[in-house]
Amino acid sequence: MFTELNSILSSSPDSVTPGEFILVSDRQSDASFLIHHFLSFYLRSRCKVVFLGLVQSFRHYSAVSQRLGVSLTQAKEKGQLVFMEGLKESLSVLIPQADNTESQAMNFLRDPPVGLRSLYEFVRSGAVGSGRAEDGAEEWGPPVLLVDDVSVLLSLGVDAGAVLDFSHYCRAAVCSQMKGNMVMLVRCNGEEEEEEDGEEGAEALLKGLTHQCSLNLHVQGLPTGYCKDIHGQVEVCWKRRQGDGPHTQRNLFQYKVHDKGASFFPRGTSSAVL
Amino acid sequence: MCNNIDVIISNMAAPVSGMGEAPAERLPINSTSFQKKTRSKLVSIPGTRPSVQNGQLLVSTGVTSLDYLLGGGLAVGTVLLIEEDRYDSYSRMILKYFLAEGVVCRHELFVATAQDNPDDILQELPAPILDDVAVPKAVEQPRLTGEPQDSLDAMKIAWRYQHLPKVQSALASSSRFGHYYDVSKTMEAEIRQAAKCHRFCLPDHVTPSSTAHRLESYSALLKSLQEVIHREGFDLAAPMSKSRNILRVGLHSLGSALWGDDLCCHDKPRHRHALTTFLYGLRALLRSSLSVAVVTLPSHLIQDRALMGSITRLCDNAIALESFKGSERETNPLYKDYHGLLYVRQVPHLNCLASQLPDHKDLAFKLKRKQFSIERLHLPPDLSETVSRVSRGELASACGPSASGTKNLDF
Repeated sequence: MFTELNSILSSSPDSVTPGEFILVSDRQSDASFLIHHFLSFYLRSRCKVVFLGLVQSFRHYSAVSQRLGVSLTQAKEKGQLVFMEGLKESLSVLIPQADNTESQAMNFLRDPPVGLRSLYEFVRSGAVGSGRAEDGAEEWGPPVLLVDDVSVLLSLGVDAGAVLDFSHYCRAAVCSQMKGNMVMLVRCNGEEEEEEDGEEGAEALLKGLTHQCSLNLHVQGLPTGYCKDIHGQVEVCWKRRQGDGPHTQRNLFQYKVHDKGASFFPRGTSSAVL
Repeated sequence: MCNNIDVIISNMAAPVSGMGEAPAERLPINSTSFQKKTRSKLVSIPGTRPSVQNGQLLVSTGVTSLDYLLGGGLAVGTVLLIEEDRYDSYSRMILKYFLAEGVVCRHELFVATAQDNPDDILQELPAPILDDVAVPKAVEQPRLTGEPQDSLDAMKIAWRYQHLPKVQSALASSSRFGHYYDVSKTMEAEIRQAAKCHRFCLPDHVTPSSTAHRLESYSALLKSLQEVIHREGFDLAAPMSKSRNILRVGLHSLGSALWGDDLCCHDKPRHRHALTTFLYGLRALLRSSLSVAVVTLPSHLIQDRALMGSITRLCDNAIALESFKGSERETNPLYKDYHGLLYVRQVPHLNCLASQLPDHKDLAFKLKRKQFSIERLHLPPDLSETVSRVSRGELASACGPSASGTKNLDF
C-alpha cells in the first residue's frame, strides 16, 4: 500500500467507497506496481478479495506483498483471498493430460471464441462466498475483484468484445449487486495516434474499459524520454457520476517506484531535478 | 552491507569457476565445502548465484556485459527474448554463449530448432577460456578501454573531478560471474558431449499442417519440454531426491515460417495467437521449474507492432539487436567502433516492486576477435590530426562561398 497514492486518491483502508471500478492502464510503460498497491490496500481494509493473477505466479505476488506488509498465504488460509493462478491453471489445458483435475476457470483457452463465461462464474462464486458467515470463520467486507492484466486474455486469443462483456458482467455483479470494488489492469503498447487494424484489439479494449470505469489511473513513460530517477507519469482521472454532473477531474503526477513502495510528486518536483 | 554481499557472492562463485578445470575430482570436495557456507538449498547448484536486489536465483548468460545489463544475470524461471538482427548472426551468437555457459556449468540443455538440426548450433559453441580466474580479466581490461585510457591515467585532473568514477564504456560488474569464451574457436567435443542435452528438431516431430487455433508445432514443443522437465526432475514440486540442476532452454527463431507460423508472412496472420499462447505456456512451465530460457525471434519480419508488444510482455527480459551489416550505418564514422546497436525492451519485475533499470539506454555491441561485448555507445575520439584538419577545412568551405578565402586568413 502506497500512502502517497492513498492521499492522492483520498482513500483509506478504513473506508472503502462502494461500487467503484478502478481501471489501471498503461502505455509503453509498466503499471503493474499499482496492482500490488490495490491488493495490499484491499486486504488491509478487510475486504473479501478475488484475485485473478493471469501474468505472474503466486510466489511473485506473495513476495511483493510481503514487502508491502501483507501476507497472501495467511489471507488465503483465512478465506479472505481467493487467488487464481492463471499460469498454473493454463498448463493443464495447454498440455492435455490423462488426469484432468483442473478447475474450469481457464476453460476459455480450449476454445477462445466461446468467451469468458467460465471465468466469470469463477469470479462470481468467489465473490459470493463472502456473504456466508461460516462457523468460526471471520466476516469479511464487500467483495473486491482484482485482475492483473486483462490484456493478456487478448494474447490468448479472446477477442476484445468478449473481454468487455466479461468486465461488464463483473461490474454488474461485484460493483452494483454486491457493492464491492473492481480493479483491472490493461496494458497497451502502441502510440496513441496510430489507427491501424492490428491495434484494434488492445486499443478497443482500453477505450471500452475507460468508458466503463469510475476512476482511471493511466501510466505513461515520460514524454521527454527515459530517466533513471523518474519512472514515468500517472494521470489520475475521476469521473464524477453523482453530485457535480458529468464533470471529470484530471491530475498528473510523476512517480518513482522504490523497493517497498512508490512516491508520487507533482510534475517537475522530483528530488533528482530540484 | 553491500560489500558483505559482494564478498559472499565472490565466495560462492569461486567453486563454480573452478569446476571447469577438473570437473571429476574437484566437484565433490567443492560441493561439500559449499554446503557448509550456505544454508539455502537452491544456492548449491553450480553456476548460479542469488541476486543482490531480490534474492532471485540467477544464472549467467555467458556474456558478462549482458549479465550486467540484466541486473546480474538471468533469473531462473524467466525467459529472455532476443529480437534477431537481420542476418541472425549476433543473436545466434548470444544463444550459443548461453548454451556454452550451460555446458561449462554442467547444466542440462534443451535446444529446439525448426530450421537446422540442434546439433549444428551445439557444434558451434564457443570454446571456454578456463584459465585462472584473474587472468582473463587482467588481459581484458586494457583492451576494453583502449589506448586513450593510458594517456588519461597520466593526465592531471582538476581536484574537483578526481574522486569521480572513471568512465568505463564496457559494462561489467565488480564480481565475476560466468566464464569467458573465445568465439574464434569452437568448444572441444569432449567438453560438449559431457553435457546432457535434449534436442527438439521440429521436422522430426510434426508436419505443420494444422489449421487449428493452436499450432501443432508449438504444442509439440511445449509438450516435449514439459516431459523433459518432469522426467529429469527440474520440477519445483518434485521431491528433492537427487541434487538439483538447472535446465537451459534455447529456442531458435520462434515465429519464423519454418515453425509453421505465418506471423512473418502476412499482415493478418491466421495464427495470430499461437505464439503468444505458446509463450504463456512457456512462462507457466518455467515458473514452476528450475529452468531458464532464451528465445530468439525474427522480429523485423513481423509487421504488426502491437503483436510484437504483447510478445515482449509475455517474456520477462527482452533485448533487440540491430546490426549495422547491410545498413548505411556501417560506413558512418560515428559507429565505426561497433557492430550494432542493442535496445533493452524490457527488464523483469520478478518478486520485487521496482525493477532494475539500466543506467543508460544508448547501448551498442561489438564482436571483437574473441569476444562479444556490449558497451555504452559513445562518440569515438577523433585522434588523428589530419582528419580533423581536413574536416575543419571542409567545414569552413561549406560555410558559404564568401568563406573560400579563409585559407589565406591568419590568426
